[in-house]
Amino acid sequence: MRTKKTTRAAQYAALAAYLVFLAFPFLWLISTAFKPARELGSLHPTWIPKDPTLENFRQAFDEQPLLQAAGNSLIAALSASLIAVVIATPMAYVMARHRNRVSKAATGWVVISQAFPFVLIIIPLFLILKNLHLINSLLGLIMVYVVWSLPFALWMLVGYVRAVPAELEEAAAVDGASKVRTFVSVVAPLLAPGIVATAMFAFITAWNEFFFALVLLKTPEKQTLPVILNRFIGTEGVADLGPLAAAAFLATIPSLVIFAIIQKRITGGMLAGAVKA
Amino acid sequence: MTLATATKRSAKKRAPGPGRTDHGAWFLVLPALIPILILSVGPLLYGIALAFTDSQSGRTEPTQWVGVLNFQDLLHDTLFWDSFRIGLLWAFGVTVPQFFLALGLALLLNQPLRMRWLARALAIIPWAMPEVVVGIMWRLVYHPDAGVLNETLSNFGLGEGKDWLTGTATALFAVIVVGVWAGMPQTTVALLAGLQNTPRELHEAAAMDGAGAWRRFRTVTWPAIKPIALAITALNFIWNFNSFALVYVLTQGGPGGRTRLPMLFAYEEAFRYGQFGYAAAMGCVMVAVISVILAFYLVGRLKGGDEA
Repeated sequence: MRTKKTTRAAQYAALAAYLVFLAFPFLWLISTAFKPARELGSLHPTWIPKDPTLENFRQAFDEQPLLQAAGNSLIAALSASLIAVVIATPMAYVMARHRNRVSKAATGWVVISQAFPFVLIIIPLFLILKNLHLINSLLGLIMVYVVWSLPFALWMLVGYVRAVPAELEEAAAVDGASKVRTFVSVVAPLLAPGIVATAMFAFITAWNEFFFALVLLKTPEKQTLPVILNRFIGTEGVADLGPLAAAAFLATIPSLVIFAIIQKRITGGMLAGAVKA
Repeated sequence: MTLATATKRSAKKRAPGPGRTDHGAWFLVLPALIPILILSVGPLLYGIALAFTDSQSGRTEPTQWVGVLNFQDLLHDTLFWDSFRIGLLWAFGVTVPQFFLALGLALLLNQPLRMRWLARALAIIPWAMPEVVVGIMWRLVYHPDAGVLNETLSNFGLGEGKDWLTGTATALFAVIVVGVWAGMPQTTVALLAGLQNTPRELHEAAAMDGAGAWRRFRTVTWPAIKPIALAITALNFIWNFNSFALVYVLTQGGPGGRTRLPMLFAYEEAFRYGQFGYAAAMGCVMVAVISVILAFYLVGRLKGGDEA
């Protein structure tokens, strides 16, 4: 009985250590975002701002085109996630229900694509998009995001399709419905919650993406939020820490909100799905 | 469910509908297949081909095949091998602690503890954050004057004004800590899902037999989560080896190349110096290494399958 108690105590101590490790950088970010310049310059920074201010947020919007960048991110992430689920859902259905050559190859591609070093495909993509005059264009970026988010979208959706009872489709087949018809009127509606979760996940990954955007977008008017945030660092001085923290904090909020909504749904489907490659 | 699928499959085999079913399947697959072929498989092959050319940006004369010249140059490029070594150090340095920390957290979260929900919620934050923000956040933590780390350390009389990210001795270690922090949640969630699929009765039976905690872990828990643990570790290693954004934001590869991961090196080579062919060859070498790792993982998994 006593050993049980000490075990519990040790477990709580370990959990507390984890909580501190996980939380402290984020708390520090928030604290920095609300500190006035005077406190940021002090040699002994404090956890809680003595004189909390919104000045950093105002200054952040002055220094960089944050609103425009957020708009660009929104357009890219929204379009890419919608297109990705619209084209991935039928394919995921085939992959989950049919063991033919196409679905096997697709499954293999999903696995292998996790291992791509992106530099190997970004160079050719850069050349291709350049020839199509799609460098420094959101359209080019969206095309890349669609394909980039397909592997994990397929992965998640295949899981959701498997959870739909096959009897329903058999019944439709008996009634003489075609494959496409069965898919559209029987399977797709049942998949709706899974499709929404997948789209939200694709949205977050595109919203957060940095590498492709860094390579493909050249001018500040076209750049997405992560690229603009990175520009803050170039001009970093002690005085700029506040606006930097404020902008970084703001950029996180959409992802955190969406993640909080879909968190329960993704844990199952996400086991090996791509996250941040 | 399994039964239904089985019946369905055998039914399909018995009635090989001529064409119609397959046409339907093609119709469903094509919308995704075409973009995949054009924007993923195509560029990948194109990228491999580029590795055998002298392709450069902004050059007027046409690109030529140069055979294995790029690879020969790579062989003698000490900077590349430095970055390669750093990439492996980083990938090991992140993946191994990440796994053990995540396993510990997953085991804790699987216990009926009170603050569990909070830990779960917090574990999500690094996962949902843009890598650029994670990088910025840790720059603030590591900041020599305004950072919380030095302030905390100096309270214990240590590390006054230390610049973690620009010190040659500390930079790699500092970015590895960030890598562990950023990737721990996914690993935790994966392992937790594995733990929750472990039958409780097995644990209870083992406890009845008087097995201690370590024995129960070894004989019941570990076999149940081993496949997931192997898969997530192999994937983590590959993702870490290929990572870019986090370290780019934290150090840009500095100081003096101490944190220049292969991806950062290849990025600079391609998009700062315009050496497309050479950078593509680096990508090919990275693919080769990753394939070896994947092969190890697959062999490990097959062996695991034999034991089970």
